[in-house]
Amino acid sequence: MTTVDRVTNASFEAWKAAYDRARQRDVPFETVSSAPVLPLTTPADLSGTDADAEIGLPGQFPYTRGPYASMYRTRLWTMRQFAGFGTSIDTNKRYHYLLDHGQTGLSVAFDLPTLMGYDSDHPRSEGEVGKCGVAIASLADMETLFDGIPLSDVTTSMTINSPAAIIWAMYLVTAQKQGTKLDQLGGTTQNDILKEYTAQKEFIFPPAPSMRLVIDTMEFATKHTPRWHPVSVSGYHIREAGSTAAQELAFTLADGFAYVVAAIERGLDVDSFAPRLSFFFNSHVDFFEEIAKFRAARRVYAKRMRDKYGAKNERSLMLRFHTQTAGCSLTAQQPLNNIVRTTWEALAGVLGGTQSLHTNSMDETLALPTEHAAKVALRTQQLIAYESGVANTIDPLAGSYFIEDLTNKMEASANEIFDQIDEHGGVVPAIEKGWFQREIAAAAYHYQRELDAGQQIIVGVNKFVEQGDDTKLDTLFIGPEAEREQLERLAKVRRERSQGAVDGALERIRTDAASSVNMMPAFMQASEAYCTLGEMIDVLRDEFGTYTEAPAF
Amino acid sequence: MTAATEADAMVRPERDLVARVRAGESIACARMMTWAERGDARFAAVYGEFESELGRARRIGITGPPGAGKSTLVERLATHWRAQERTIGIVAVDPSSPFSGGALLGDRVRMSSLALDKGVFIRSMATRGVFGGLARATDDLADVLDLYDRDDILLETVGVGQSEVDVARSTDLTLVVLHPGGGDTIQAMKAGLMEVADVYVVNKADMPGLEQLVHQLTDTLDVRDVPLDERPPILTTVASSGEGVAELAERIDALDAERRASGKRDARRAANLRLRVRRIVEGRLQHDIWQESGLARTLDERVADGRTLSAYGLADEILNAYRERRNLEGPA
Amino acid sequence: MQASEQPIRVLVAKPGLDGHDRGAKVVAAALRDAGMEVIYGGLHQTADRIVEMAIQEDVDAVGLSILSGAHMTLFPKVRALLSEAGGGHILLTGGGIIPQEDMDALAEQGVGRLFGPGTTLQQLVDYIRDEVSNRRAAARS
Ligand SMILES: Nc1nc2c(ncn2[C@@H]2O[C@H](COP(=O)(O)OP(=O)(O)OP(=O)(O)O)[C@@H](O)[C@H]2O)c(=O)[nH]1
Ligand SMILES: [Mg+2]
Repeated sequence: MTTVDRVTNASFEAWKAAYDRARQRDVPFETVSSAPVLPLTTPADLSGTDADAEIGLPGQFPYTRGPYASMYRTRLWTMRQFAGFGTSIDTNKRYHYLLDHGQTGLSVAFDLPTLMGYDSDHPRSEGEVGKCGVAIASLADMETLFDGIPLSDVTTSMTINSPAAIIWAMYLVTAQKQGTKLDQLGGTTQNDILKEYTAQKEFIFPPAPSMRLVIDTMEFATKHTPRWHPVSVSGYHIREAGSTAAQELAFTLADGFAYVVAAIERGLDVDSFAPRLSFFFNSHVDFFEEIAKFRAARRVYAKRMRDKYGAKNERSLMLRFHTQTAGCSLTAQQPLNNIVRTTWEALAGVLGGTQSLHTNSMDETLALPTEHAAKVALRTQQLIAYESGVANTIDPLAGSYFIEDLTNKMEASANEIFDQIDEHGGVVPAIEKGWFQREIAAAAYHYQRELDAGQQIIVGVNKFVEQGDDTKLDTLFIGPEAEREQLERLAKVRRERSQGAVDGALERIRTDAASSVNMMPAFMQASEAYCTLGEMIDVLRDEFGTYTEAPAF
Repeated sequence: MTAATEADAMVRPERDLVARVRAGESIACARMMTWAERGDARFAAVYGEFESELGRARRIGITGPPGAGKSTLVERLATHWRAQERTIGIVAVDPSSPFSGGALLGDRVRMSSLALDKGVFIRSMATRGVFGGLARATDDLADVLDLYDRDDILLETVGVGQSEVDVARSTDLTLVVLHPGGGDTIQAMKAGLMEVADVYVVNKADMPGLEQLVHQLTDTLDVRDVPLDERPPILTTVASSGEGVAELAERIDALDAERRASGKRDARRAANLRLRVRRIVEGRLQHDIWQESGLARTLDERVADGRTLSAYGLADEILNAYRERRNLEGPA
Repeated sequence: MQASEQPIRVLVAKPGLDGHDRGAKVVAAALRDAGMEVIYGGLHQTADRIVEMAIQEDVDAVGLSILSGAHMTLFPKVRALLSEAGGGHILLTGGGIIPQEDMDALAEQGVGRLFGPGTTLQQLVDYIRDEVSNRRAAARS
C-alpha cells in the first residue's frame, strides 16, 4: 500500500503518546460481541494485506466489495418484510397491503404448529395457531394465502425448515394450479435444518434424514426450478440465540459447506447447485462489526468454494444474502427507540452489500407488528434507499483502515472456528456433541452478565431508564378467533377431499421415505390430494424417528 | 385458592409420608427422597417403619465417563423392562458446580420418552446437595424407590471421582459404559471403575474405534489377571438406536438370576450393608463433631486468630475438646 | 439441618412449540451460579410433562420461558395441573414476551411474577430466593 509510508513511526509514536495522556472514558471499548476495538487503525494494520487480492473490485473474486459489478446502481436491494399471522385469509390481506405500498417481494412467516409439522387441530397446537405466523395445514391454506397474487410475478421467501420440502411442494402445486410453470418461479425456502439443531431448535427428525430432505429439494430445484433458491443458509437465528458476530459468520458458512458436501455426495455437480445457494444474516447493533462481517462472508466463501470444493462457475463463488435487523437488539422499553436502532442496523446491511432486507418493526418485542409499525419499518428502508444517498456508490467503506482491518479479523476468526469444527469431526458430529449449542449458550450468558454489570449498554434498559415509561404502542392481538376459524377450515378440507387419494399419497410417502428416491414428487402428489402437513410429517416421523437434543450449557 | 387451603397444600407433602409412598403417591415419594437426600432427621426417624419391607428391588448402577451415553442407555433399558411390566425408578446424579455449589441437572431430557409413564419415576440429584456423602444419599434414595414399589432401580452416575465409584459399588450390579474414541479405558481405570464393573458396555458401537476399544479392554483384563470365569462380559450397544439393548437387558436378567441362585447377590448385599453402616456412622460422627458440637466454628476461629498453629496440634485440640464435650475417654 | 440452608431446586423448561431457548439457558446458568439446583426440563414440553417433572423432582419453583404468545394457555394449565397433583406450594414463575395486562390476569390465577425483556439475572435470582424462603417459612409455621 502506498499510503503506508505517509504515517511515519515518529508521527505514530507522537499520536500514541498524546492518546495515552488523554483521559479515556471508563468503558470496555469492545463490540457487542465482546471483541476488543482498537482506538485507531492506520495503514500499518493493513501492511500485510494485498489490497488487489483481498479487497479487489465488485463482481470480481473474492467479491469482498460485492457480488455484482454495479450493485445498487442497477437494482436496489429487495425490500422483503416478513409477515404472517392468523389464518391464510388474514395474511393474504396483509400481503396485498404490503404490495400496494411498494414492497417488492413476499416473505412468509409460519406459525409454530406449521414449523413443527403439527396440524392446527393437533393437541400440541392449542393456543399457538396463527400466533407467530400464518397457519398452513394443507394446500387449501396455501391457495388462500396467495389468492389474487400471481406467483409468476412476485418472488416469495418462506421461512420454513423441518417441513420445508412439504411446504415447498404445496407452493409448487399452488403455482401450477394458477397456471404458472415451475421454471418461472422465483423465491427462497429457508430450509436450513442445521441451524435448527444449533440455534433455533425447531427440529423434528434426526440430522441424517433431515439432510436427505434438504438435498432432495436441492436436487429437485436444480432440475425443475432454476430460479428458486432451495436453501437459505441462516446465521440470523444463530445470532439471535446469542452467538457473537464471528460465530454467526463461521457457523453459518460451515453449515453452507456441509450442504455443499452433502449435495456433491448425492452426485450433483457443485456448479449445478451452488449458484442458487443463498445466505441469511443478522444485522446487529455494532455497526462496523456487522459491515465487516458481511464483507468477510463473501471473501471467505469465495475462497473456500473455489479452493476446497472445486467450484468453477463464478456464480458458485458469489455469496448473496438476505439481511434482517436484529430482533434481539430491540427493547420493550421506550419502543420508539427501536426505529432508530433498526435504521442503522439496516444501513449496515446496505453498506455490507445485502441483496434483500427485512427491517424489524418497533413493536416486535411486544407482539406481532401492527400494520402501522410494519409500514414504518418498510419506510425506513425506503428512506435509506432514496434519501440517504448511500446507494449511489458501490461499497463506500472499502479502504477504510478500520473496516478492512475488521474484515481481515473476521476472516481470521472464521478460519479458526472452521478448524475447531473440523476437530469435532464436522458440523453434524459437533451438533451431536452439543458443541455449537454450548458455544452459543456460553456467549449468550457472557453477554447477559456484561449487560447486568453495565459493561454493555442498552438505552432504556440499563441506562437512561425511565420510570413509568408510558409509551404505549397499539399491538396486534391474535385472538382465539383465528384458531377457531382455522379449525373450521381444516375440518372442511378433511370432509371434502377424497380419502382414497389421501391414503394412496401417504402410502407413497412411506415407501419413498424408506427408499432413497427424491421425495419431492411424493410430497407434491400428497399436497394435491389435500393431505395435511401433519399427516405427511407423521408418516416421516414413523420412518425417520424424531430428535431430542442433549442439553448443553 | 383461599389462605387455608393454600397453607394446607403446603404442608400436605409431609403428612403420613410412609403410607403414602407405599401407596404409590408420587409427590410423597419425591418428598421423602428430598428428606433422604438432605439428611433430614425425619428420614432416619421413619426408616424403621419400612426397613423390613426393603430389598425387593434390583439395584443397578450405570456409570462411565461423561457423554458415554449413560442416560440414553438408561432410557432404553427402562423401556425394555417396562414392556415386561416392570416398574422403574431412576436416580441420575450429576456433579455440582465447584464454584457456586449449584448444579444444572439435564439427564432427564434424554429420558423424555418415559416422561408420562406412571411406571417410571425419575429423580435428578446433584453431588453437592447431599449431606453425608453421595453413596449414603443414593442408598437412601434407592430405599425410597424400593418402598415406592419399583422393580428395578437404575442409578446413573458419572464415573469420575471416588464418591461416584462408591455409588457404583453399593448396587447389586454395575454397568460400566464406555464409548470409542475418548481414551475411555484409561480414564475409567484411573477412576477405579474397572473394579466395580459387573458388565462392560461399549456404547456408540456405530462410531469408529469400536474394535480398538474392545481390544484395549480385553488386554486390560488380561494384564490384571482376572480369572476367565470372573471376567465381566463385554457387550456392545448403540443406545441411540436401541441396537444391542435387548441383549444387554437379557444378560443383566440372567446374571442377576444366577447370582441370586448362587447366593452371590446376598453376599454382595451383606458387604454393601457393612460399608453403608460405616458410612452412616462416619457421617454422623462428622456431623456430631463439626456441627452438633460446634467445633467447625472453633476451628474457623482458631485459624482466623492468626497465630501460627501446628496442624496436628490443632487437630488434637479439637479432638480433646470433642471428647470433653461428649465425656469420652481419650486414646489409651 | 435447617430447612433454610437447603439448596433451592428449580425446574426450568420451555413449554410449547417454539425453540428459542436462549433465555431459558441463560436463566438456568444464572440460577446454578446463584447456588441453586436447576433441573433442566428441555424444549417443547407439554404442561403435563412439566408438572410430572416438577412433582418427581420436588422442586420449590418452576420457571417457564414462553415466547410464542401462548402464555395465556400454558401458564394457567401448568398452574392448575400442579395444584391438582399436590404441588400447590410450588412457585410458578417465568418470562417471555408477555403484556402487562396478561401478567396481571395470570397473577390473579395464582401464577407468580413473570419477567419481561430487560430483566437482570439478579432480579430473577432475588425473586426466586425470596419467594421460596417465604413459602418454606409458611410451610414450617
Ligand atoms: N452415535 C451414537 N451416539 C450416541 C449413542 N448413545 C448416545 N449417543 C449420543 O451421545 C450423547 C450423550 O448421550 P447421553 O446419554 O446424554 O450420555 P451420558 O453418558 O448420560 O452423558 P452425561 O450424563 O453428560 O455424562 C447424546 O448426543 C446421545 O444422543 C450411540 O450409541 N451412538
Ligand atoms: Mg447422562
